[in-house]
Amino acid sequence: MSNPAGMPVLEPAEGAKDQHMVINMGPQHPATHGVLRLVVEIDGEIVVRVYPEIGYLHTGIEKTCEAKFYHQVVPLTDRINYLDPLANNLCYALAVEKLLTLEIPPKAQWMRVLLAELSRLNSHLIWLGTHAMDIGALTVFLYTFREREDILRLFEAVAGQRMMTSYIRIGGLAMEPPLDFLDRVQGFVRTLPEKIDEYSNLLTGNPIFHNRLKGVGHLSAADAIALGVTGPPLRASGVDFDLRRDMPYSSYEKFQFKVPVSNDADCWARYEVRLIEMRESVKIIQQALDGMPEGAVKADAPKIVLPDREKMKTQMEALIHHFKIVTEGFEVPAGEVFQGIECGHGQMGYYIVSDGTAKPYRVHMRYPSFPILQALETMCKGRMLADVVAVIGSIDIVLGEIDR
Amino acid sequence: MGEQKTFIKTLIGKDAVLEGLPDHPAVKAILGWNPSALADAKFDLGELTLTIVPEHIATAAAAMQAAGYNFFEDLTAVDWFPSSPRFQLSYHLVSHAFKERIRLRVLLLAEDPAVESITSVWAGSDYYEREVFDLFGIRFEGHPNLRRIMLPEDWQGHPLRKDYPVEGYR
Repeated sequence: MSNPAGMPVLEPAEGAKDQHMVINMGPQHPATHGVLRLVVEIDGEIVVRVYPEIGYLHTGIEKTCEAKFYHQVVPLTDRINYLDPLANNLCYALAVEKLLTLEIPPKAQWMRVLLAELSRLNSHLIWLGTHAMDIGALTVFLYTFREREDILRLFEAVAGQRMMTSYIRIGGLAMEPPLDFLDRVQGFVRTLPEKIDEYSNLLTGNPIFHNRLKGVGHLSAADAIALGVTGPPLRASGVDFDLRRDMPYSSYEKFQFKVPVSNDADCWARYEVRLIEMRESVKIIQQALDGMPEGAVKADAPKIVLPDREKMKTQMEALIHHFKIVTEGFEVPAGEVFQGIECGHGQMGYYIVSDGTAKPYRVHMRYPSFPILQALETMCKGRMLADVVAVIGSIDIVLGEIDR
Repeated sequence: MGEQKTFIKTLIGKDAVLEGLPDHPAVKAILGWNPSALADAKFDLGELTLTIVPEHIATAAAAMQAAGYNFFEDLTAVDWFPSSPRFQLSYHLVSHAFKERIRLRVLLLAEDPAVESITSVWAGSDYYEREVFDLFGIRFEGHPNLRRIMLPEDWQGHPLRKDYPVEGYR
């Protein structure tokens, strides 16, 4: 089934060659949210088969990780899902810390929760803006990117980088957040619920948006589980499972929040679930701000965690540790771990195999957008071609994490 | 937190796990189904790993699914070149009911590594098996569409193998 250039071509089904047409969508189509190529077989306007072609962004990050020290992998991780950068950092750091059995101070854990939720909001805001834009409601995009800009400014304040933060490190955080950081976050979350009402006003009552999403892209709970679907699409199919609540990490068990579930299993349900999730994220951030513990943001492990700049310049011991970590890394006990977290798109997981040296023997990333592409055909089959765009928007994919 | 307290216990070896965790649903399931399919086991860092004899992986997956590990989360491989057996497949399964994750492990020899596909148990393993096929060159018997997924069709070699240089062949 492959042509000389190595590009597989989907042939129409046997016996339907006269009626069916095969069309190509992407990889440069704006509604595919990156470089996703879909080969779609249609009968008139009705979708018969959808065949996703991926790999256009494959850079072999997993192979690159094997050639780096453990701490050098951190900046690679937030380039995978660049819309939810801190969740990547968090998942990797948690996995390595599990191998090292490292205790993380409470303040670092709470800061991580706060930042992971800000990151989730960032991811959901981009999803909402682009999803609405695909459907034709261009205005919402401008609104959500206004708030996203506020989040990026917060990331810049705390990490010095807007998108590729690398702020969550093995053993804690890169450095103390700036003094006014928590006040700025407070200012942001105070206004956000009104902003979410604003999006909801623009979309929930909008008959075009409603008609384009309601009843479109049905995915039953059984199909969702069989196809490896996680996160908001899984919960919109009626499966009540969220790693933050059910297998908590980084002290999420100390926070109170609801996990929205819907039984409608269509694009509209996914829209509603994510909108409620944004409101719950605001509540989690508020709890993190109210109860932020005092203390250090780095674990007391001088051979693993880089010392503060100040100490490095004044203390011989700290300088030696700094030099050792940067030039030869640190050894991690042999073993294998899988650490899962709930990121904006669903269940993320890092599988790390250590052979006892300073470089990971194998790093594998499980990202939620990869398996969900398999469910695309189930959701689009028998529907109009235009619904494919609505479905792609509703499953919220990032091609960086699919191709890695 | 569940994970914190389980850190204390480390069980290495089949007998130690069968003795130390007799009430674990996955251990019970494997004993009730076919104890001879279990080659090895360990419980380390709060994670249970069951090593399955390669011929039995598809039926073991079905037995785990029946025992409550209803969600297939991840599949990947590790290349232990030059030691033997060379390849390790790691399947990660999650139970929505027990709120727990287990790992099934299969060890394969270097020559013509192949194992039965579990797409009949979880259709969602399709892409993962294609990815392992693409990057490690391990075949999955009975897979509906075993083609390269990340790399072009005419690519030579399997990049995640340890004898494949990081910079690629020049």
